[in-house]
Amino acid sequence: MKILMSLVNRNRKLFFRDKGMLVSAMITPIILIVLYATFLAKVYRDSFLSNMPETLPISDKLINGTVAGQLAAALLAVSCVTVTFCVNLTMVQDRVYGSRRDFDVSPVRKPMIYLGYFFSTVLNSLMVNMVALAACFVYVWKMGWFLRAGDVAFLIVDIILLVLFGTVLSSVVCYPLKTQGQMSAVGTVVSAGYGFVCGAYMPISNFGEGLQKALSYLPGTYGTALLKNHMLRGTFEEMEAQGFPSQVVKAISDSLDCNPVFRGHTVEPEIMLLIMLGSVVGLGSIYLIITAMPEKR
Amino acid sequence: MNENMVEIEHLRKSFGNVKAVNDLSFQVKYGELFAFLGINGAGKSTTISMICGQLTADSGTIHVNGQDVRKHSHEIKENIGVVFQDSVLDKPLTARENLKSRAALYGITGKNFGHRLDELNKIFDLKEFIDRPVGKLSGGQRRRVDIARALLHKPKLLILDEPTTGLDPQTRKMIWSIIESLRKEEGLTVLLTTHYMEEAASADYVVIIDHGCIAAEGTPYELKNEYVKDYLSLYGVTKEEAESLNLPYEKIRDGYRIAIRNPLAATDLIVNHASVFRDYEIVKGAMDDVFLAVTGKALGGEQQ
Repeated sequence: MKILMSLVNRNRKLFFRDKGMLVSAMITPIILIVLYATFLAKVYRDSFLSNMPETLPISDKLINGTVAGQLAAALLAVSCVTVTFCVNLTMVQDRVYGSRRDFDVSPVRKPMIYLGYFFSTVLNSLMVNMVALAACFVYVWKMGWFLRAGDVAFLIVDIILLVLFGTVLSSVVCYPLKTQGQMSAVGTVVSAGYGFVCGAYMPISNFGEGLQKALSYLPGTYGTALLKNHMLRGTFEEMEAQGFPSQVVKAISDSLDCNPVFRGHTVEPEIMLLIMLGSVVGLGSIYLIITAMPEKR
Repeated sequence: MNENMVEIEHLRKSFGNVKAVNDLSFQVKYGELFAFLGINGAGKSTTISMICGQLTADSGTIHVNGQDVRKHSHEIKENIGVVFQDSVLDKPLTARENLKSRAALYGITGKNFGHRLDELNKIFDLKEFIDRPVGKLSGGQRRRVDIARALLHKPKLLILDEPTTGLDPQTRKMIWSIIESLRKEEGLTVLLTTHYMEEAASADYVVIIDHGCIAAEGTPYELKNEYVKDYLSLYGVTKEEAESLNLPYEKIRDGYRIAIRNPLAATDLIVNHASVFRDYEIVKGAMDDVFLAVTGKALGGEQQ
C-alpha cells in the first residue's frame, strides 16, 4: 500500500510541476470556452429563441441559464476525458525518459506500477475537474441558477464516473505507446477529436443520421448526455413552470442531446449510468489483464 | 560457499539477426571490482540488462548471489543497485523527492527513509542541493544522487554503466573514492562498464567483450603482460649508449624508450648493461593498448 501511495504521489507531483502538461490538459476545455465566447453561445441562444412561440414570454435568466448549463456540461464532459489522457501520459513519458528502467530494476511488480499510474490519473483528473465543476457552478449561478441539491450531487457523481471512464480508456490506449511521437499523436487526436465525438462542441442531434447512429455506440455519448441531463434538468422544470408546452421542452431537451437514442430506443439517465459503469468495468478489466501479462523483453 | 556474486554461463541474446550477446560466460567474485569493456554495441548493456532482469536471455544462465535470474528475479532485484549511463531520475522533482519515491519501491519509508537519507547525505554530501530539482543540478551533483539512489536499499551488487562519462576529473575522483570506501567498508561488489582505461586498470578483473563474445579476460596485470609490451625509459644517456643495448629504441624528450617483452627481460638488460642504467623507469603497457591489441579498436569505436 505504501509503495502504491508513493507511486501515486510521485506521479501527482510530476503532473502538477509540468506546466506544459497541465496546459495541454486544459487545451480542449479552453477551445470550448473560446468557441462559446466567440459564437456558439449566440448560435444556441438564437436557435433556442427561434423555436419559441413569439407570444411566450421568456426571461433572460432562463435563456442564459440554459446556454450556460449547456456550456458547463459540454466543458466538463470533454475535460473529464482529455485531462485523464494528459495525466496518463506520465506512463509514456516514463518509458521515453527512462524512469521505467529504474522501476524495472526494483523489486516492485509490474501491475503495481500500472496501478500507480491508474490511481494518480484518477486523483489528478478529479482535482482538475472538481475545480472545473466549481468554476462552472459559479458561471451558471451568475447566468441563471436552476440547479437543486440533488442535481449538484448527481453532477459530482457524473464527474467521478466520467473521470473513471477517461482513466480506463486512456490507460488502455496509452499502455502500448513507447515514443514521444506516439504520445503527441494520441494527445492531438484526443484533444481535437473527443469534443466532436462526445457531442461537446456541437450537439450530436445536429449531425447526420448515420453519424448519430455510429456515435450512439460510443459510451462517451452517454457520459455527455448524463451531464447535460443533470445540468439542465432544473432549467427544463423552470420552463414547464413558466408555461412552456411540454412538447416544446421535450424538443429542446432532444436538441441538446438529453435524450439520446440507441437503435430506436430513448436511453434513460439510469441506463446511461449503467452504460458508463459497464464501460469502466469492461475497460478496467482489459487494463488489469494487459498489465498483468509479461512484457516482451 | 560459492565465491561468486555473479555467474554467467553460455549467455545468448539476439535482436532479429543481430547476435548482441553470443555465448558469454564469466564470473564476478564477491567484493570484486569487475570491469566490463567494449565499444558501443559490443553487448555490455544487453548483458547488464539481462543481469538486472530487464531483458530475458535466449539461452544460457545467470546466477546472482547464487539465485537464478529467471526464477528469483524479484529477490535478486533487492540485492542489485544500478547506476544507468544516463540519469533516469525525475528531473522536475527534487533530489529528496526522487530518493523518497525510489526508496519506497524497496519498502523504505517514513523514519527508515529518514535514517537512510542521513547516511547517504554523509557519504555523498547531498545537503547543499537535496531540495533542488534534479534537472537543475550539475552533472556531478546529479551523478551523486544517481549513485545514492542505487545504494538506497544497501545492495550487495552495484552495477555502474559508464558512471563517470562526461564528468570533470575532480568529480570522477570523488565518486571513485566513495565507491572504493564502500567496497572496503561494506564489501560491495561492483560491476563496471567504462570508457576510461585508468578506471579499468584499477579493477580486480577485466573482461573485454567484442561482438557479444569475450575477446580477452584477466586481471589488468595479466592482460598487460599478455597483450602489450612494457617500456623501459632511459634518461641521461647518449645515443651511442642507447644503441649499445642492440634493441629498437625511440627518442623521447629526456632520453630513449625501449620496448621490452616483460619485466624479466628488463632485469636481464639492466644486469648486463649496468653502466647505462643510471636513471631509468619501467612502465607497463596501458589498458588502452590492451584494448587496442585485443579488439583492433580504440574505445570510441574507430577501427585501427
